[in-house]
Amino acid sequence: MRDFFSAYRRELIASGVLVVLLSVYLGTHPRGASTYVLTIWANQCVILGLVAIAQFFAVIVRGIDLSVGAVMALTNTLASHLLDGSAVAIGLGIVAVLVAGVLCGLLNGALVVFGRIQPIVVTLATASIFVGIALILRPTPGGAVNYDLADAITLDLFGVPTALVIVAVLVFAFWLPFRRTGLGLGLYAVGSSAQGAFQSGMPVTTIRLAAFSLAGLFGAIAGLFYTFVTTTGDAGIAPNFTLNSIAAVVLGGVLLRGGTGSLIGALIGAFILKTIAALMFFSGIPSLAQPLFEGMILAVAIAIGGADILRARNRLEAFGR
Amino acid sequence: MMTLTRPLPSWINLEALLPYIGTLLLILGASTAFPQVLSLDYLTQQLQIAAFLGVLATGATIVILLGHIDLSVPWTLNGAAIVATAMAGSGNAALIALAIPAAILFGAAVGAVNGLGVTILRIPSMVWTLAINSILLGLAVLNTGGFNPRGESSALMSWLATGSIAGLPVSFLFWMAVSLALALVMTRSGFGRYLRSIGYNEKAVYLSGVSTRSVVVGAFVIAGVCSALGGVLLAGYANQAYQSMGDPFLLPTIAAVVIGGTSILGGCGGLFGTIGGVLFITILNSVLSVAQISDAWRSIIFGAIILAMLLFQTLRRGGRT
Repeated sequence: MRDFFSAYRRELIASGVLVVLLSVYLGTHPRGASTYVLTIWANQCVILGLVAIAQFFAVIVRGIDLSVGAVMALTNTLASHLLDGSAVAIGLGIVAVLVAGVLCGLLNGALVVFGRIQPIVVTLATASIFVGIALILRPTPGGAVNYDLADAITLDLFGVPTALVIVAVLVFAFWLPFRRTGLGLGLYAVGSSAQGAFQSGMPVTTIRLAAFSLAGLFGAIAGLFYTFVTTTGDAGIAPNFTLNSIAAVVLGGVLLRGGTGSLIGALIGAFILKTIAALMFFSGIPSLAQPLFEGMILAVAIAIGGADILRARNRLEAFGR
Repeated sequence: MMTLTRPLPSWINLEALLPYIGTLLLILGASTAFPQVLSLDYLTQQLQIAAFLGVLATGATIVILLGHIDLSVPWTLNGAAIVATAMAGSGNAALIALAIPAAILFGAAVGAVNGLGVTILRIPSMVWTLAINSILLGLAVLNTGGFNPRGESSALMSWLATGSIAGLPVSFLFWMAVSLALALVMTRSGFGRYLRSIGYNEKAVYLSGVSTRSVVVGAFVIAGVCSALGGVLLAGYANQAYQSMGDPFLLPTIAAVVIGGTSILGGCGGLFGTIGGVLFITILNSVLSVAQISDAWRSIIFGAIILAMLLFQTLRRGGRT
């Protein structure tokens, strides 16, 4: 039991914060914990949660992806063209959107691995390219999406928000099994020490490429989900989501130096951020002061995450971080 | 063997010269289709505009040499512009005279907060400065009520941004003066040497008895002041401060520093290369708009050319990293 606590300390602290924030939110919301309120809340949280997962896969191998928002904008605008018509057409459209995301991620990965450019700079440049393509696809926000499908994905299943069901499936059917596969372990190994992983005979190059491709894939899933929630394509969403995804993974206990953290943590971090924003709306704080409070809560949350340093027994421990 | 010519100073190397060569090629290439690019008017105007990005990139170079990054540039700039224009627009002679010093003080204070979070709490600068940026945004919204802030630039601010001396734009001369001053600090003072060394290996510098904390805080203060000066120039140019005036500058600033040959990991590079990077990015943007290319394609070409420059850099190094 103690092992469990020390292994998942970061996730447990973050989920504790989330539970407190969520109960305050549901307590202050005029309509309480109804399915309606929860569905809207879950949709917003899950959009950012999926982008945060994309960021997580880049960060876990000691990278960073400043193009997650751009991949999301690109796939969102693409989806706004492809998600209407017959069932077959929509199915193919979804596949095409996901493939586009993976290709974006693969391009990032290839430039990092073979071009030997730092991830932060690569993704800065590719983000500009992806946003450009998104702007060609949708110069102004618009588009049509099949409403039945959008409703099915963004409303509720027997009173439980579908978005939360999707997240549960993602965690239990994808992440927990994936974590134990060779690739899943490889991500952590490369993030902790690329040299160590290489000397143990791990295919470091392939693992890095896979990590960035997964980042692209989840960027696309986020773009797809965003399309279902808003039913429009908008090329201008990139910067906001990129910056929030970094804040989300850090809040969820994922270390930017790589090798530490989990997909669940990234999700919780995103949920915390969005719950804070939702909480602001009903908190009675004057609307002009809300952005300031949001920023301050973000800074305090991050500072608490950094308070680990106060437990360091030796100042030299700090430099390894 | 004796050579008659003095060897070139170490800060002039191919890495740093690359953006200058790129800028020349861009101007010559563009002049074949658009002869007006070679006119004196056009080129001096580019120098004037480059100065805004240039002052910001100067500060960013200092922080990136440390191995850190400052993402609070946009709202530090914006905040300084709001402070300066509010004071300059007050009609009180004393306040008008204090407009620029107050903006600089504001920038220094933000830089100090950035630096203290990074050194004492050891929060990754990428996240901490992001949080500070959102706090500054919140403060600006609270202060201005979400509208464009009132006020105007003082005569001095307008002169700095739009005046000219002997045919050269004052803003360009100002940028050169800031760069030269910081270049002297970087090469002639212990602070400059420690700064680079921390970028290579902070632990070693700390163990050599250097107060690494004060060096890092000092660097962030310099960056904050540079951001504030950028805000003063921009406000002088537009004769006002406006919401989100800094947002379009964040990524080009980082791109200019990196194209100038400064490693995003810290340690190597310098201000001479950054000036070239700024000129390259300014001319690239300007040529693309002279050619009347749509925003979408501009964004794509911009990203692709930056990638090409970076790939060329790493290829030239031939695998040394």
